[in-house]
Amino acid sequence: MTTQGTRAMRKLLFALAASAAMLVAGGASAQEKVKACFIYVGPIGDFGYSYQHHQGALEMQKNIGGEDKVEIAYLESVPEGADAERAIERFARSGCNIIFATSFGFMDATNKVAGRFPDVKFEHATGFKREHPNVSTYNSRFYEGRYVQGVIAAKMSKAGMAGYIASFPIPEVVMGIDAFVLGAQSVNPDFKVKVVWANTWFDPGKEADAAKALVDQGVDIITQHTDSTAPMQIAHERGIKAFGQASDMIKFGPETQLTSIVDDWGPYYTQQVKAVMDGTWKQHDVWGGMKEGHVVMAPYTNMPDDVKKAAEEAEAKIKSGEFNPFTGPITKQDGSEWLKQGEVAEDSVLLGLNFYVKGVDDKLPQ
Amino acid sequence: MRIELVKRPQRSKLFAAISPFLAFLLTLLAGALLFAILGKDPILTLYTYFVEPLTEVWSLHELAIKAAPLILIAVGLSVCFLSNNWNIGAEGQFTIGAITGAIIPLYFPEWNSFAVLPLMLVMGALGGAAYAAIPAVLKARFNTNEILTSLMLVYVAQLFLDWLVRGPWRDPAAMSFPQAPAFPSWAILPELFPSSGRANWGIVFAVVAAVAVWFLLKKTLKGFEVRVIGQSPRAGRFGGFSTAKTIIFAFLLSGALAGLAGISEVSGAIGRLQPVISPGYGFAAIIVAFLGRLNPLGIIAAGLVLALSYLGGEAAQIAVGVTDKTVRAFQGMLLFFVLACDTLILYRIRFVRTAVSPAKEVSYGHG
Repeated sequence: MTTQGTRAMRKLLFALAASAAMLVAGGASAQEKVKACFIYVGPIGDFGYSYQHHQGALEMQKNIGGEDKVEIAYLESVPEGADAERAIERFARSGCNIIFATSFGFMDATNKVAGRFPDVKFEHATGFKREHPNVSTYNSRFYEGRYVQGVIAAKMSKAGMAGYIASFPIPEVVMGIDAFVLGAQSVNPDFKVKVVWANTWFDPGKEADAAKALVDQGVDIITQHTDSTAPMQIAHERGIKAFGQASDMIKFGPETQLTSIVDDWGPYYTQQVKAVMDGTWKQHDVWGGMKEGHVVMAPYTNMPDDVKKAAEEAEAKIKSGEFNPFTGPITKQDGSEWLKQGEVAEDSVLLGLNFYVKGVDDKLPQ
Repeated sequence: MRIELVKRPQRSKLFAAISPFLAFLLTLLAGALLFAILGKDPILTLYTYFVEPLTEVWSLHELAIKAAPLILIAVGLSVCFLSNNWNIGAEGQFTIGAITGAIIPLYFPEWNSFAVLPLMLVMGALGGAAYAAIPAVLKARFNTNEILTSLMLVYVAQLFLDWLVRGPWRDPAAMSFPQAPAFPSWAILPELFPSSGRANWGIVFAVVAAVAVWFLLKKTLKGFEVRVIGQSPRAGRFGGFSTAKTIIFAFLLSGALAGLAGISEVSGAIGRLQPVISPGYGFAAIIVAFLGRLNPLGIIAAGLVLALSYLGGEAAQIAVGVTDKTVRAFQGMLLFFVLACDTLILYRIRFVRTAVSPAKEVSYGHG
């Protein structure tokens, strides 16, 4: 046993040394093309948020000219603590030219590493910190899609009430709930939304429990701001309708999904990686919506034609820039006035949004 | 044919010595097979996994950062486990330590003194110890099951932290995003060699704690007491040792070290309180404690190995393109082989033909 062990060990050591030599030799030839690296907070198989980021990465690679032009590397399920900084630093050291940190919790880590690697470009999704000239931030106006969903929900719901599975009480999520309610109330001023906080971005079990709890409370439409397909599957089991999240989830609910807000990061990633190749990359803060093609609605399905028509109209109005979902008059949940007739909410207010509008049947966790 | 485990009359010195190496070898072989099936170059993958992270200085720093909390917590847990106290709640004690340690920088951010950092560390350790005292007192007084109480207190601690950073401790400058204000520079645990990487004093605390607890366990009466009570509470009572006092002692020590790990992590590697401060160090440390065979010095090695497996897993994802799931499966294989090979210390394997009925004197391995 022991001699066999030593022999195998010796073989392995030899192989290790050989592969080390290969590694060094291989590194030199791969410098001409661009390396784009992605850090995901969830698994790319979540069919939601991280999945869509990865789809965007793959689309970018295809758009720019395949593996010969762009090398892609990624890390999945990176925890939002001390590990994130290491993961980002590893990318910066492994020759990445541009690094996309795709979750809010990577904000400090991204900025810290960016300070140490001024030649690498960093792109942080959904954050607000740009401490170094090589850090950009980007986000999408998903609330535009939520408004359209609200319109559909109010037209479809017999109960006049929808269930909302929310992740964490951050502005991004509160904004989505408010936009959904405003869309619904544009059809039915008495429409109510019940909210369950799952306190997770991705946990099929918890999300399914939340969906069940909401159905038991009498809602007949479910929408979610968490990333798994579990709520869609529960909605299907219980015979009600639901909206997909982040990606087109139609195959998980062929008779259930009304539509879905599809995060289409492909155009943005293509544009930014190209900018790195051309040497034109500049720091910015981008918040694109339907107009820029960052927010796309999945096909309207499982609904009568008049509902579909109303949804398409709302979408067209937002897309053309004619209408902003956060246009007054809007009343806060506590009854006080937020926006006057015709007044449009400032982006800076939306990005720090921490209150509900009237019609949300929930107390915002503070 | 059937495979039987037969208890050895005494522990095998040979297998006690070679089992970690045997386990590592089996992991390499099984891993190579796994990677080959997935169409990845097995040699390159194994190299990236185990060797590459050790070839660069910055990566060694990261290894120290990752290993420090694992070792600190596991060292404390070894005292608990040796005394037959199943503290599963180190993750919660870690979290509370981070919270209590953060009180000074959050409430007195202007107080710039050399005393701030030591005070923070002490408060972190005290917080962790106080939190561990809950399951300890419940067990000592009411004989509750400490596995359940300590585990459930983890969720209480995590939700408490979550509430703090979304509510009263939220950074007003963070646009209602959930995080506490960043610590001032003098409340940050200094880096050891700032020119080459970000490893901080946490690893020093870990090694010092390991050596101190090793000394406590091997060379002092208290250590003897812990081991006697753990193996036979009745014998301990005859020796005049108090089971209740040992329960409290083990939990307080373990909680203090977990709390110290918590404030070190927050003040060192992260720099502020946020909703998630640990990727499960308190639970991973249970594995580290057993990998190190509940010996504090062994735990240093075990902590480094587990930390390496995280770093290597990341390196392999980037360099070779194996998935996160494969990496975790491989990590699981490593732990499996280590524990499986340790079985050979107490048992030997016997192959039995099914046709022949087993001899009566065979004792089956069930501990």
